[in-house]
Order: sequence, then structure tokens, then C-alpha cells
Amino acid sequence: MSNPLSDLLRSYLAVGLFASLGFILVGLLLFLSWLVRPSRPQAQKYISYESGVDPVGDMWSQSQVRYYIFALLFVMFDVEAVFIFPWATRVELYGVFGLVEMLVFIGILLLGLVYAWRKGVLRWA
Amino acid sequence: MDPLLSGNVDLMTVVVVLLKVLVAFAGLLVAVMGMVWFERKALADMENRFGPNRAGPFGILQTLADGMKLSFKEDLLPEKADRFVFRLAPLLAVIPAFLTFAIVPLAGNFSNGNDGVVEILGHKTFMQVADPQMGILWMLAMSSIAVYGIVLAGWSSGSKYPLLGSVRASAQMVSYEAALGLSIATVLLIGGMLSTNQIVAGQYGLRWNLWMTGIVPFFIFIIAGTAELNRPPFDLVEAEQELVGGFHTEYSSMRFAMFFLAEFMNAVTMSAIIVTLFLGGPSGPTFGITGWISDYVLPFIYFFLKVLLFLYMFAFFRGTLPRFRYDQLMDLGWKFLIPLALGWFLLLATVRVAADQGWNLPLTVVVCLAVLAAGAGLLRAAIRNSEHAEAMAAGSVAKDASEVDV
Amino acid sequence: MRVEMFTFLLAGAICLGGALGVVLLKNPVHNALSLVATLFGVAVLFVNQGAYFLAAIQVIVYAGAIVILFLFVIMLLGVDRETDEGREPLVAQRPLAVATGLAILGLSLVALLSAGQRATGDKADLAPLNQPGPDINHLAEVLFTRYVYAFEITAVLLTVAVVGAVVLSKRTNEPLIDLDEFPEGTVVDVRRRADDAKAQDEVDADAEVVAVPDTEGDPQEGGDD
Repeated sequence: MSNPLSDLLRSYLAVGLFASLGFILVGLLLFLSWLVRPSRPQAQKYISYESGVDPVGDMWSQSQVRYYIFALLFVMFDVEAVFIFPWATRVELYGVFGLVEMLVFIGILLLGLVYAWRKGVLRWA
Repeated sequence: MDPLLSGNVDLMTVVVVLLKVLVAFAGLLVAVMGMVWFERKALADMENRFGPNRAGPFGILQTLADGMKLSFKEDLLPEKADRFVFRLAPLLAVIPAFLTFAIVPLAGNFSNGNDGVVEILGHKTFMQVADPQMGILWMLAMSSIAVYGIVLAGWSSGSKYPLLGSVRASAQMVSYEAALGLSIATVLLIGGMLSTNQIVAGQYGLRWNLWMTGIVPFFIFIIAGTAELNRPPFDLVEAEQELVGGFHTEYSSMRFAMFFLAEFMNAVTMSAIIVTLFLGGPSGPTFGITGWISDYVLPFIYFFLKVLLFLYMFAFFRGTLPRFRYDQLMDLGWKFLIPLALGWFLLLATVRVAADQGWNLPLTVVVCLAVLAAGAGLLRAAIRNSEHAEAMAAGSVAKDASEVDV
Repeated sequence: MRVEMFTFLLAGAICLGGALGVVLLKNPVHNALSLVATLFGVAVLFVNQGAYFLAAIQVIVYAGAIVILFLFVIMLLGVDRETDEGREPLVAQRPLAVATGLAILGLSLVALLSAGQRATGDKADLAPLNQPGPDINHLAEVLFTRYVYAFEITAVLLTVAVVGAVVLSKRTNEPLIDLDEFPEGTVVDVRRRADDAKAQDEVDADAEVVAVPDTEGDPQEGGDD
């Protein structure tokens, strides 16, 4: 190759520099703070905060299953969006056939949402 | 791709890249500090008080003072915390917030269909840190990483309130990220380009996506974006009355400042992204002026004013709107925004295809709107009826149960 | 050393380190984090190959959605603490896992070594993606023409996953309507109340005492309240 710069660097040289500046900033702030901040250890300071009284029970509380449902629904719509992007950028190429294709695709996925909705799992009671 | 790096690359090119990176970096930091001050001043104004007015003229150095104060505080690591993840979480919150800014076009002449190319030290380039091929998807990728900052902060604290806050937050953020993605899809439908530079270039001469996409995606994006930022009225993550401080309850000193920084950096970046996607970024009338004024000064002023509008909007939301209940939040996301975003996307897609095929446009729009309205009605009816039918077995039980509960 | 090579080695190291972490770390959340590292490494590998769109969706879908789902499951099960390694719920699990892992490794090695160029090169199905230009367009070209059925079936697959999760998670004795929204109960309720009243009238008219059984059944009766 005549040009010594690779495609990767062409696209991401600036991003890489910007990212390293970000890391430098964060590191610098943490370092400065580490230099100047006091440290006076006291056993009470390291207890989990529970409005000032002794913490009760274990730290974790089992979260509810509905969070899982929402996360799964999100996976569904995220994948949907990912399939939509390539189509949306080149709609003119696929014409009516592509439109019907996408209608069917979104229609099937909407069925999933409607099902969850009908079953009442979208209701946060 | 940035013309700076597409040709032959020499040392000067790298210098130009460094220059751009440094300017954007400094600009972002100043903007974040300004945003904190601006929001506090705006809030104070709305609440008929002074706000910060001691540090520097008009209290403008207040953020700096706050940051310095925080750095002098003791850094506590709770005994039950997961040491590694506890230290990692603030980084995961700040770095994505920071990196999203890399794709925002800050200036450049976009008038009359120009592509925003400016010349620095004899090199043609875009006035944005980078224009990667994945374009606007970069922002989505970063915001999906940012979720980890909050989830892990809450989990690693080894404490109840942070955990609750973070589980809530992550469910909220993923719920609205779907709507966010779908409203971005409508912008792609209009412009057909992922690159932020080309998205802005496609909106020259007031052909803003704001009305090219029919306003609805813009509002969806604003609502979903506000929820994504966990800002009021969607700040259930740190609902002080219920969760002490939310996911960062156990954090102190500079690590706490990191979350603070990330929140405001996200607000600035999100405003900039909204401006880029829907309001034509730095484009605007140049009044026939050419040269550096139309390349840098005017576009940057346009960009700054547009961003300021949204920063004020965020402050306004905070000053005026009460916090959502969690069930309202989820209802808004799943039962309103996502179906609406999908419906609107299909409408725009159909209109687009209709225009390509030479169908009767007004007729198509009317038919589409009718179909959408019918669909929405059917949806509502199906859900009501099914709820009734499903309730056949359990309905009376539910009534009994609810009476018992009360 | 060329930048591509350096990036490849770095991303490969991240992938492998993450993969080892997934298997070896004891805390489930640390496992999930290691998985994120692996997925991120794969995204960097995609970028390295010029597959920018794939890299973006790798992060958006896998790191942003799937691992979040895993984290919810971990929090749902409440297995935050290091799991008890002594007690194995499925006895044959470990040997089976080792055997399957080795089999997959062997298969991929055989495939790679015997197929050579065809596995990854221009002759493979990936050929359309290897043309110059943004990969998102090439991907769309094959996805919306040659692989239409696969594309539609993906939608079915996702919907089935949601239906399955809803069925498994839904408790049957929960009220199925929003009583705030429909305070009068359901249409069925109203109709049944009317029917009951009518039946009661008939019963009264017949002057015959019949014990009406509670056909609804009440799962919450004497329950947890």
C-alpha cells in the first residue's frame, strides 16, 4: 500500500485521541483528589447507608420478574431497530417489496407487544 | 468520512486532528461547567431566588468551586462493596458521555448545500472530532454502555437503596432506548445516511428533520432522551424522598463528582445530538458572507444557540414538572412512545416509497393516517376486550382481593 | 508493527481474557462483566475488519441489551454472592459441558483447516460484504433480498421469546385488568352480576333454596394477605 495510514486509523484516530484525553482527564481528577483528600478511617463510615441506623438483612433484595420481561421486550425492539436501520438508509432500493417486507416484520413484532400488553405484564402494579 | 484523513496523511494532519480534539475537549468541559451554572441560575430564576452568586462574576465559577470542594472530601469504600466494580462504575458513566460528543458537528459552512468542509492549516476537514462510518449508531452504542455505569454503581455498593435505584434506572433506560432508536430510524429514512456530517448537510436551507420527519419523532426523541438522561421528570433513579440518593448513595468525593459530571455532560451531549439530528446542527443563513466568519463564527453561534435552547428546556423540565410514578413511566414508554414511533416510522416509509413510485401523495398520506388511526383503535379495543375476557376467571377474584387489600 | 495487527492482538487478548473470566470468576456479575469485555473485543475486531455497522450493533444489541438481560436474571435470582460450588444441581452438567466444548472446538478447527479460504474469504457467503463501501448497504442488499425468509423468521423468533417469557412469568391469580381504569370491573363482571341477579330472581320465584357453588374459585382465599 502506498499510503502508510490504515483504514482503521483513518476512521478512529481522532476518536482514539479523544478517548485518551477523556481517560487522562478522569485519571488526573482522581489523582489530584487522591493527593489532597483526607483519610480518617472509622469503622462506622464503611457501613452501608440506611438512613443512619444499622443496616438490616443482606444487601441484595431479589428484584421482580417484571424487570426481566421489560428487558426481554427491549431486546426484541432493539433487534428490530437494528434490522430497521439498514432498510431505512436504502428504502428507495427495495421499493414496494421492501415496504411489505418491513410491514410484515414490524407487524409480527407488534403482535408480541400486543400479547404482552393484553396479558397485563406491561402494567406496573 | 473526514476529508482530512482520506488523502495523504502527514505530520501536519495529525497536528490538525490534535487541534480539533483539544478544542472539542476544552469546549465540552467549559460547556458542562456552564450547564451546571446555567441550570442552577435558571432554576433559581424560576423559583424567585438568586442562585449561585458568590464564586466569580454572577457565580459563574460555582461549578469549579464545587468540584474542588468534592476533591477535598474523604473517599469512602463501603465494607460490603465490590471493590473493583465500585471503582469501575464511575468510569463507565463518564467515558461514554464524553465519547458521544466526538460525532457532533460543531461548526462548518453548511449553507447552500455545502458539506461543512473547512480548511485548517491548509488541510480540508470537518469541524467535528470524528466522522466514523457508524455515525449516529455510535451514539446509541455509547448510551448502551452508559447503562452499565448506573447498574454497576448500584449493584457494587452493597447497599439496598443504590441497588433499587439502579435496577429502576436500567429498566427505565432500556425502555426508552427502544423509542430513541426508532425515532433515529425516521431520521435515517429521510436522509439515508448514518454519518452525522451528512445528516446535517442534508438539512441545509431550513430543510430541518424537525419538520421533514413530521415533528412527532422529534418529540419522541426529546421525551426518550430526557428519560435516557435520568433527568426530571424521569429522575426516579435518584428519587431523594424514596431512595436517599439513588444509585450513587454510597459514593463520595471525586467518584461522586464523576457521576455528577457524567449527568451534565450527558445533558450537553444529548442537546447537541438533538440539534444535529433534528435542527440542522450548525447550519443557518450566512448572509452571503464567506471566509472564516461563515466557516466558524456564524455556524458555531447557530449551534450554540440551538443547544442552549435544549439546555434551557432541560432546566425548565426540572423546574416545572413533578416526577413520574414508575407505572406512568413504563406506560408512557411502552404503551405510547413505542407504538407511536413504530406507526410514524411506517407512515413515513410508506410516503417515501409512494413518492418513489409516483403514487398520489396526498391520497397515500390520508389512507396511511386512516390505517394508522384504525390500527390504534383496534389495538385499544383488542386490549380492552381481551382484558375483559381474560378477567373472566380472575376478575371477581381481583375485585375481592382489592377489597381485602384496602 | 501495523496498526491492524496491533489492534487485532489487543482485541483478541480482551476477548480471550473476557472469555476466561466468564468461565473462571466466581461471582455471576463479574462473569457478566467479563462477557461484556469479550463482546466489546469482538466489536473492535469487527471495526478492524471494516465492518462498522456490525461493530455498532454488536455493542448495541449484545452489550446494551442481552447482557443487561443477563444482569436482570442474576438480580432476579438473587445469586449475587459467590455461588456454592460444592453443590451441583445437575450432576452430569460439568462433564457434558467439557465434552461439548471440546467437540465444538474440534469442529471449528476442522472446518477452518479444511475449508481454508472458503471459511472466511471471498468464496464464502460473506463475499457480498467484502466489496468496498459501507457494510450496512451490502448487508441490507443480501438481507432484504436473498435472506428475506430468515429476516421474517427472526421476527417470529423474537415474538415467540416474548410470548414464552410472558407465559412463564405471569402468575395466574393476578388481577388481569386495571381496576383503577375499570372500577366497575370487566364487561363480563357486569354481565355476570346481571345474570346472577336474574338467576336469583328465578330462584326466588321458584321458592327453592339452591346452594350456588362458588364456581370462580378463589386462589387468594385465606392467602397471604
